[in-house]
Amino acid sequence: MSKPESPDPEYQSGTPHLWTDLEVETKVGNLLRAGVLTSAVLVGIGAVGYLVQHGSEQPHYGKFNGEPGELRHAALILQDAFTGHSEGIIQFGLLVLIATPVARVMLAAFAFLKQGDRFYLGVSLVVLAILTASLLGLSP
Amino acid sequence: MNVLELTLLLAIMAFAAGFLGSLTGMGGGIVIVPGLTLLFGVEIRYAIGAALISVIATSSGAAAAYVKEGFANIRLGLFLEIATTIGAVVGAFLATKISGNSIAVIFGGILLYSAYAMMRNTQSPHKTNAADALAVRLRLDGTYPLKNNLVAYHVRHVPLGFALMLAAGILSGLLGIGSGALKVLAMDRAMQIPFKVSTTTSNFMIGVTAAASAGIYLNRGYIDPGLAMPVMLGVLAGSMLGARVLAQANVRILKIVFSVVVTALAAQMIINGILGKI
Repeated sequence: MSKPESPDPEYQSGTPHLWTDLEVETKVGNLLRAGVLTSAVLVGIGAVGYLVQHGSEQPHYGKFNGEPGELRHAALILQDAFTGHSEGIIQFGLLVLIATPVARVMLAAFAFLKQGDRFYLGVSLVVLAILTASLLGLSP
Repeated sequence: MNVLELTLLLAIMAFAAGFLGSLTGMGGGIVIVPGLTLLFGVEIRYAIGAALISVIATSSGAAAAYVKEGFANIRLGLFLEIATTIGAVVGAFLATKISGNSIAVIFGGILLYSAYAMMRNTQSPHKTNAADALAVRLRLDGTYPLKNNLVAYHVRHVPLGFALMLAAGILSGLLGIGSGALKVLAMDRAMQIPFKVSTTTSNFMIGVTAAASAGIYLNRGYIDPGLAMPVMLGVLAGSMLGARVLAQANVRILKIVFSVVVTALAAQMIINGILGKI
């Protein structure tokens, strides 16, 4: 437990200590499971409301219309979900799902910070920046 | 057909796709787009949006299950994710510039390759043991567990692997797929990484890659909650069941059945794309 943190690639085979690759992998596994589960529950809850309200309508997927603004942007989706709008709740669940891999990269960045591995901290932050830009709609 | 009936049918199709995709190792996402467009007449961009969501769900679910086994190379995965996420953003951008029919033809080609890759499924025969200067500098070499030992391996041809990952990312963003076959090709063949490490690291990367393009699809209004809901829940349930029965299943026959289905879908996608019916 008292082994010093080091960016040495060989430490993987050493004794376990906090923020080793193995520990990080366990945390990552738990995080992914929690994210997928939360998302599935939210989508399931929204699905019930959606089918009760719209179940007997005619589907409209043959032609592309695009979703309205409140189902497109993270902040507006949150707002829509908290007003109890069923489509908003589903979309919020999908947003949680999209955010799960992003959180995974954040966890990796934090682990590299703890390990003092500046190069891979930088790599994680680059990936994180690309993901954030895409989620915020800052694409070309 | 009303929304309730369509939702149930979509959930069943997605469940089957997730189940077969998990058993054959091909992933469920790849048959979602042809299934939605060819069987249900869904507009291809809505179909791609829903497929991307299902890809993130299965990748994250599966990665959670076997991340503890210690095969995935996290540094390598993150490093290559720079390429796949940039590619995914470019692919999602291209999706708005290319017609639905052209996307369908490209999709058909990728389906054919994936069916071929699944049937072949043989790992690169000989892996060299020599260290590569760039890989060493980037600290990409790793170890994997074998019985009670850790086996060390070297990563090679980093620039080639990086370029292939860029292509995998573009295809992922353009077509709404995980590009697992291409990612494994890049790592197993080009970078000379042990097969099991390649497949687990690839699966690990798929969720991040898909998230990069899913964010853009969401912002563009291509992700419809009513459509993505049954697809995501169905694929997730199917792939979880598939992972459970994997040990007892006769995968060989399943792979043949699945590759026939995929080849037929590929032909249909290409024909419809050329005839302008997508």
